[in-house]
Amino acid sequence: MSLHLLILLPLLGGVLAWQSERLNPNLPRWISLAVTVATLGVLLNIAANLGESSSGEWLLHSKGDWIPRFGISLELGMDGLSLLLLALTLLLGLIAIASSWEEIDFKPGLFQANLLWTLAGVCGVFLALDLFLFFLFWEVMLIPMYLLIAIWGHESRSYAAMKFFIFTQFSGLLMLLSIVVLAYQGFLANGSWSFSYGDLLALDLDGRMGMLTMLGFFLAFTVKLPGFPFHTWLPDAHTQAPTAGSVLLAGILLKTGAYGLLRFAIPLFPQASIQFAPVAMALGVAGIVYGAILAFAQSDFKRLVAYSSVSHMGFVLLGLYAFNNLALQGAIMQMVAHGVSTAALFMMAGALQHRLHTRDMRQMGGLWHNAPRMGACAMFFALASLGLPGMGNFVAEFLVLAGLFSVAPWTTALAALGLITAAVYSLWMMQQAFQGKPDEQRQMADFGTREMTTMGLMMLALLWLGLYPQPVFDLTQPVLDSLHRLMPETTQLAALIPRGSTL
Amino acid sequence: MNTDDFIAIAPLLTLAGGATVLMLQIAFLRSVRLTGALAFLSLLAAAYASACASSVAPAQVTPLLQADHFALLFSALFCLAGAATTGLSMDYIRHHGDEPEEYFLLLLLATMGACVLAYAQHLASLLLGLELLSISLYALIAYPNKSVLPLEAATKYLVLSGAASATLLFGFALLYAATGTLEFGELGQQLEQSEMGAGLMMVGAAMVFAGIAFKLSLVPFHLWTPDVYNGAPAPITGFLASVGKAAVFVALLRLFLDADLFRYRILIELTGLMAILSMIAGNLLALLQTNIKRMLAYSSIAHVGYLLIVLLVVISGDDKAFATEAAAYYLIAYTATTIAAFGLLTMISAHFVEREQVQLQQVSGLFWHHPLLAGLMLVAMLSLAGIPMTAGFIAKFYIVSAAVSGSNWALLIALVIGSGIGIYYYLRVVYYMTRRPEENNSAVDVLTSWRTRALSCTLIVVILLLGTVPQSLMEYLRSIL
Repeated sequence: MSLHLLILLPLLGGVLAWQSERLNPNLPRWISLAVTVATLGVLLNIAANLGESSSGEWLLHSKGDWIPRFGISLELGMDGLSLLLLALTLLLGLIAIASSWEEIDFKPGLFQANLLWTLAGVCGVFLALDLFLFFLFWEVMLIPMYLLIAIWGHESRSYAAMKFFIFTQFSGLLMLLSIVVLAYQGFLANGSWSFSYGDLLALDLDGRMGMLTMLGFFLAFTVKLPGFPFHTWLPDAHTQAPTAGSVLLAGILLKTGAYGLLRFAIPLFPQASIQFAPVAMALGVAGIVYGAILAFAQSDFKRLVAYSSVSHMGFVLLGLYAFNNLALQGAIMQMVAHGVSTAALFMMAGALQHRLHTRDMRQMGGLWHNAPRMGACAMFFALASLGLPGMGNFVAEFLVLAGLFSVAPWTTALAALGLITAAVYSLWMMQQAFQGKPDEQRQMADFGTREMTTMGLMMLALLWLGLYPQPVFDLTQPVLDSLHRLMPETTQLAALIPRGSTL
Repeated sequence: MNTDDFIAIAPLLTLAGGATVLMLQIAFLRSVRLTGALAFLSLLAAAYASACASSVAPAQVTPLLQADHFALLFSALFCLAGAATTGLSMDYIRHHGDEPEEYFLLLLLATMGACVLAYAQHLASLLLGLELLSISLYALIAYPNKSVLPLEAATKYLVLSGAASATLLFGFALLYAATGTLEFGELGQQLEQSEMGAGLMMVGAAMVFAGIAFKLSLVPFHLWTPDVYNGAPAPITGFLASVGKAAVFVALLRLFLDADLFRYRILIELTGLMAILSMIAGNLLALLQTNIKRMLAYSSIAHVGYLLIVLLVVISGDDKAFATEAAAYYLIAYTATTIAAFGLLTMISAHFVEREQVQLQQVSGLFWHHPLLAGLMLVAMLSLAGIPMTAGFIAKFYIVSAAVSGSNWALLIALVIGSGIGIYYYLRVVYYMTRRPEENNSAVDVLTSWRTRALSCTLIVVILLLGTVPQSLMEYLRSIL
């Protein structure tokens, strides 16, 4: 039941926030905040009581009938990976609400409702274990996100929102096709329909059919990730979305793609995934290098951060398809660390736009002088994003590279270029926006308490991930262990470091 | 005929009775409200009669009509759709200066034609139903006879549809010449043993298919669709697009299944080609429209293309019942969704001069003025686009499953490409509706009354229920097939 609460609370809270606007335009954001905190409370409560109720592979599992005609059930399950990503989702949800606190004047109720519905959809994606249900959440979470961009976005929002929706929907259709093909194979094998993860996992689809079906999943997830060359929707969507939308997009929605690869695409098709790994890794490297080069060429603050996301998510793709324990842990760490650091940078961009009414870095310069607290925060997150040791991003990228080296040394060498280019564009961004000669006429407010609190929260999170990442590894190790069991013996799955020992 | 037979065809009798009462009422007392209410009640009564008749089903009533559960389900659906159209028409037609009572009479007759098509298992009853439906529709399309567009639309439909009926009849004649029977089942058996040249029979089957393809507006027989949809009064367009197509499709399904007309390889290939062309061309052309009615017209072409996939699975696949189930679900979902999509257009104010020409611009900002109506359109568009939680998604899921089970990969690829294109133009409507108030100054007035509001709510609920808790309908469909 508590798993259902994680989805239902934001869903119903959204309706409440929407309607509360009639009473008082300030009410929706308070309701939204309360609902997210309550959901986070439910999650923490679950996490605190885990020891007793864990059953087998899943820490928590619940199943109920939905459409028995096709063997579709309301199957939800939580393991370490879901727990970690849910915590990230709700935390960034709080950040998103905080960042939209004063930005939204038009229909604040509907805005908060869409925010909460997006959170509900993402929670559903991280929990669903029935592929039909998963697909439902996967598609439905896009609609509130689309509305967030289309209604509250910036100047060319219609183009951006449409592009975002079409890219993800079209790839989603291919995934639907793959899901049905997979379930039909199950129907042929067992004589009854089932979309349950556990049942489909037992199927062994290989050869050309397996590869094509896997590609359906892979495409949908890489578009969302986004992997090169399917990333073109991302800079537009991120740039045009309102701040809270960018935070959610970069922080959480991109992670659903990585989660999908790790949870579905690889375990369901181990054989095909191994065959496909060189291509996936090549795409990852291309994304890292290409994203970084494009990021450097931007003059728009948000676009720069958006392209840096393409670059950073390339590491996730690399880590996932290296099939070894270190790299996989690195990929998961990257999901979390990138979520936090990019969310912070987008919040920074939103705050700058709110104050200066521009995102063009050529019109900024010397902002440190006007707003020292903003400058310090920006510096911190720019350093985190370029992978300074001591912060989560460094741990993540280091682990991916270390794990990958035993599998593909030359690819690793290319990917390591990403660390250098990241330093180039991050520092370039700092120099353009915050250093240089200040404009004497410019008046701008520095960060207030609300903004400093959220920034401080994210700094703490990144430092914690960077200095003491072991709890995260412990949480996700069982997930990776069960993944290893699914993979064929012949692959280089043997971790560099024996399982169970500390990293 | 005994009592059971009468019960089995009670829906048709109710509709015929209702039409008679309506005619008498119009002769003695002209009142739009009363006529509308009577028509609405007769349609609901007929739907109820269909539910009651299922206790005696399946029954063969005269050689012409087959009252099985499938027929009863669809006659109930058509009656409900007719009732919804009546409800939507009330406000629309009341502002139509002249005495518009006959409009409801024609609507009742058209629904009856659709129900006869659902019952048909004989070429004669198929033709009777089809003509009853079409002839009522000619008049209904031309009903607002003071403007040019409806007249043009009706003339176009009359001439082209007449030609299609003639083709259909010629096909029937050829089949009859070969077999000496008009009954679907017997036709199939006779064709097996017939001594006449296969070529002639193939031509007959092809002509029948062409005639029906015209009514379904499949590419390349689709040229009439946008003009007729555009010119016809909005509620009638909704009726034509939903019931008009679903009824013909049901008849097609029965005829080609029972008589096994797809024994000719080339006909199957042609059908597949038409399906692919309809999906791609329909969606591509819809992309170019700024007039919402024309856009929906092209999108309906695409949707019938999706449905044809099921037809091909029925023919080639092993699991006929599953494919028929998919088709039935799709038809139900599509009917509800189409009526909802045209619902908004019927409510565009009567004072609005060119009310049949609703442009995308004119719905802009609707979300903020009329949230309920915009919600109706939103749900309808999402359902047409096949987004989860709506009826359209489950329907599309059915089609994909059926096609996968029949391994029709080429058709599936066309389906994916077609729906991919579709998302864009459906979403464009949503985008215009959510534009901020300051950006639009050409928004139209919308006329609402308690009737339309109640209907809108019902349609929204139906579409969402079909999309979220489809199990009971699925089970029912499965039990009757």
